[in-house]
Amino acid sequence: MSVAVKPCLDIRSLSAVLANGQRVLRSVSLSVQPGEVRALVGESGAGKTMIGKAVLGVLPPSVRIVEGDMLLEGENLGRLQPKARRTLIGARTALIPQDPLTALNPSRRIGPQMTDRLVRILGWSGQRADVRIRQLLDEVQIRDPDRVLKCYPHELSGGMRQRVLIAAAFAAEPRLIVADEPTTALDVTVQKQILRLIAQLQREHGTAILFVTHDLGVVAKISQKVSVLYAGKVVEEAETAALFAAPQHLYTRALMAATPRYTDPFASLKPVDDAVLAGLASEIAAADQAWRRPHG
Amino acid sequence: MDEGRISRHGSGARLWLAGGWLLLALLAAIFAPLIAPQDPLAQDLMFERLPPFWMSGAEPGFWLGTDSLGRDLLSRLIFGARIAFIVAFAAALAACLVGSTLGLIAGYFGGWADRIISRIVDVWMAFPPVLFAILLVAVLGTGLSSVIIAIAVIDWTRFCRVIRAETMGQARMDYVENARIAGYGRIGIMLREVLPNVVPSIVALLSLEMGIAVIVEAILSFVNLSISTDDPTWGGIIAEGRLSIHQAWWVLVFPLVTLILTVLSFSQFGEGLKARFDPVLR
Repeated sequence: MSVAVKPCLDIRSLSAVLANGQRVLRSVSLSVQPGEVRALVGESGAGKTMIGKAVLGVLPPSVRIVEGDMLLEGENLGRLQPKARRTLIGARTALIPQDPLTALNPSRRIGPQMTDRLVRILGWSGQRADVRIRQLLDEVQIRDPDRVLKCYPHELSGGMRQRVLIAAAFAAEPRLIVADEPTTALDVTVQKQILRLIAQLQREHGTAILFVTHDLGVVAKISQKVSVLYAGKVVEEAETAALFAAPQHLYTRALMAATPRYTDPFASLKPVDDAVLAGLASEIAAADQAWRRPHG
Repeated sequence: MDEGRISRHGSGARLWLAGGWLLLALLAAIFAPLIAPQDPLAQDLMFERLPPFWMSGAEPGFWLGTDSLGRDLLSRLIFGARIAFIVAFAAALAACLVGSTLGLIAGYFGGWADRIISRIVDVWMAFPPVLFAILLVAVLGTGLSSVIIAIAVIDWTRFCRVIRAETMGQARMDYVENARIAGYGRIGIMLREVLPNVVPSIVALLSLEMGIAVIVEAILSFVNLSISTDDPTWGGIIAEGRLSIHQAWWVLVFPLVTLILTVLSFSQFGEGLKARFDPVLR
């Protein structure tokens, strides 16, 4: 990849704190090149979702960004007026959410819900939006679009809803999709299909994806690059293949050792080693110390 | 979805029974001059305290008997329904509009808006409602509009609290966040995405509130603070019936039964509608 290509998403030493001053993101830097899938892996509470929310501008009010920049296709989100930022994010990004049960409005039928965004936000004609939605439903292998478009969300299974959400995310041809644990709420057989669909649509549309997950198996299947997050800090970043071949950081190795394997289903699960965690804790404490000095 | 199935089975008969009674009472109220067998105000001392039709001594044309001034009870109940329904609709709608709007704003925007609105509700609810109503009517003067205003002023808090809580629950859902990411404005999201999801609760509450308005109107009539005493009201008839309970029990019992059936129907109708309306329960 040539150096001249402008990253689709460029996060530069992003730090965020809670209202009580506790740091939740610790100088996070990561970039997603156009058309690339970047996995963001870590255990729950590591701040993976927080990064996604920060990019999309939907951080909860209790979290405040205190440092760093986020560039979406070269535009610095922090420098834009709120309205311009909303417009930019709305036009160029989309979210594939974790929980397909609550991500669709329960009181609206699927069809209007999907076309509404294209018509209202992007100014498409109703007919064009309808054609587009049907095309996308076909791409996510929904074979009876007429029925699905007339359904209320609760009339569809979790897997179907996630397909609808994937179709909706790709419909407006965003440059960047944030996929926030899109398979976690689904059962295992459906997970596999959904993952394959996302990978397939990603290839065909050439969309960059920031893929948030706690599952290293998923990372290996879908991503080209990976950032490992612990306690809001990127502890390792590498090409996916390189990471699996030779993990550098102790935590990454521990995380890999803790992943259950189908080849040995009766082996008891190993939690991440205490010594590794202790090492990480002191590493983070030192980083915070260094960070606090200039920031008072 | 078991819950949904149960409530659907329950809601069918409930909805029809309650709706049927309300429709009957509403039609009676609208066409009162055509339906009522007698003039509700006509006094006739020859016919005082006639018993209802199935008892000995009943007179034809006075189906539910007469009161101590010889006025036909059925006609008075039918004309009383007019005031009951006017108050129910007007007061409940006014309370609903004010309460739901504030509840939606407090629940969706949170922060300062929520704090201010919630404190006002807390203070408001510290007043005993019936005393508050009596006080308000005493200040505003008796009459139909002051009864309506009094009920609306007291009961908007009921809408505000429930709709605020419902809205807060909805506002946390991912679909609201998704709409934010897509670039919708906050007010647009509140009205287009969140409001339709709290409408079932608003409808149920509105119907419940109509029942409550009927009761409050009856209470105010009972203590003679509602409409001018010439117009028959259910509460007024009950007050008269209380005085002659030993000579003519029917003057007390029939308006009471009418009142209870109507209030019960309003609340059951609302619950039934909610189950019918709510796409998740359906």
